[in-house]
Amino acid sequence: MRIKAMVIRILNQLRHDKRTLALILLAPLLLLTMIFFILDSSTTDLTVGIINAPQQYIDNLYENNISTIRCSESEAMQMIEGKKIIAAVEMTGGKLYIKLDGGNSTKSGSVLASMEAAKKNMTSPTERYDLKTDVKYVYGASDLSTFDNFGSLLIGFIVFFFTFLISGISFLQERTTGTLEKLLSTPIKRWEIVTGYVLGFGVVAIIQTAIITFFVIFVLNIMMIGSIWLVLLITLLSAMVALAFGILMSTAATSEFQMIQFIPIIVVPQVFFTGLFDLSPGWTLVGKFMPLYYVADALDKVMIRGSGLDSILFDIFILLSLTILCMVINTILLKRYRRI
Amino acid sequence: MENKSDCIIVNHVNKFFGEKQVLKDVSLQVPYGSIYGLLGPSGCGKTTTVKIMAGISESSSGETYVLGRKMPQLSLMNEIGYMAQSDALYTVLSAAENLEFYATIYGMKRVQYKKRMLEVMELMNLSDELYKPVAAYSGGMKRRLSLAMAMLQQPKVLILDEPTVGIDPLLRKDIWKELYKMSDNGVTILVTTHVMDEAEKCHQLAMMRNGLLIAQGTPKELQQEIGVNSIEEAFIYYGGGKYAD
Repeated sequence: MRIKAMVIRILNQLRHDKRTLALILLAPLLLLTMIFFILDSSTTDLTVGIINAPQQYIDNLYENNISTIRCSESEAMQMIEGKKIIAAVEMTGGKLYIKLDGGNSTKSGSVLASMEAAKKNMTSPTERYDLKTDVKYVYGASDLSTFDNFGSLLIGFIVFFFTFLISGISFLQERTTGTLEKLLSTPIKRWEIVTGYVLGFGVVAIIQTAIITFFVIFVLNIMMIGSIWLVLLITLLSAMVALAFGILMSTAATSEFQMIQFIPIIVVPQVFFTGLFDLSPGWTLVGKFMPLYYVADALDKVMIRGSGLDSILFDIFILLSLTILCMVINTILLKRYRRI
Repeated sequence: MENKSDCIIVNHVNKFFGEKQVLKDVSLQVPYGSIYGLLGPSGCGKTTTVKIMAGISESSSGETYVLGRKMPQLSLMNEIGYMAQSDALYTVLSAAENLEFYATIYGMKRVQYKKRMLEVMELMNLSDELYKPVAAYSGGMKRRLSLAMAMLQQPKVLILDEPTVGIDPLLRKDIWKELYKMSDNGVTILVTTHVMDEAEKCHQLAMMRNGLLIAQGTPKELQQEIGVNSIEEAFIYYGGGKYAD
């Protein structure tokens, strides 16, 4: 009952504060769209050599802004070498064989994603499109980070960023305006306050992640092989971690401005450790202590590799544990204001 | 505690914030149904004392009893209405939403609080502003709303930290009338103030300075004892001499 009161109050506050609500729900879309266009525009001039593939597949590629050129296998190799085409594709028995110039990871990643996506939309019943695509790198290697890798990471990061900030600042305001003191003069328990906060902003986070996820997948058409429900789940968990973490960090801040100071110190550095850049083993280890690492890892597995729930169980476990851990620490830290 | 006639009992309470001692062996008793004033300049330890009584803070040593039970006690919080020195209001919410929130926290039933909400708002002369966002309130209105919120759940004990700051004299009179009415109905009220004329309105008074309780008694007693005609003079008398900084 008391938790419900907290949740309703937080939702009421956000309902009246239209600007903050817009920041939570719309600003991520704006950011993602801009980043999308920046990354997308560099990949419009890609050409793929078609050694052998059904017309529908070529049409699908065309829809993904990929030009095609028919050629033989040896011609294809020459053109890749001459950088006239970025990849050559051959489809036999439903299986896709791709020869790829992996020299520019952004381009190769993008074209690979498009070729994969084009395969997915095909309807011909005789072909086995579920067979795993065979990719041979003529140059470069697959472990270079790619555009889609970046995109899926961005969803997690942006959700994390906005939720962290807004939950942290509103909990901070609870302290600085004296409402926390008034609240602590009531029979409410400390854990009920923390839980109320997490659930209240959790409701907003659900709406936020749903909007972002659908927008990115259906409007921006980011590469997406796995289950959309898993993407939603991971994004929501990302929001929950950010929420609990934001509230926790706010106890170390004395003003809104100090809360903002956490962005360059705590939020932004996480991006560097989430698979966007290749890091030495030591630094990779550092990344494992950051929540966004697990968000990015799970999103990457689901969206790009199409993995199922079982492969991201560990990430989910870590994210859930971190959320609960932050909540417990929060409850303990509130003892500073009232011991019981 | 054997003492049956006192609602709030503070027994040799000391409070330290780190090295700094803000309460020095404070003892006082507030009888049931009385209005008890805690008078003193800012920084004298009033708010700390009050917070200990409300169960938000705890003394470093000594005991505090409210309604015969040792504080702090979570189950007792429903019986204590607390009004903090700062207006603890959610400014983007309307007055009704603020009240509804605390009513739910106090576990009041919907029908019950709908009625009570109108009552307290009427009392504080705020009935027309019920659905206005608190951000649009003036300072005095916020103060009144805080007071309305403190008495929302009809507590047996009311602890008010500087309740009438920024409230105009006419309304202040009304508020005191209401406080007297409540005390007649058996509600024990503790008020802190640094305004002397307000102190005179209390049934009983304690003067504080530098964390020490320097005098205790009815306003009359405090004046007669030393042969002065105002609380202000009494305060200067008690505050000077051996308790000076």
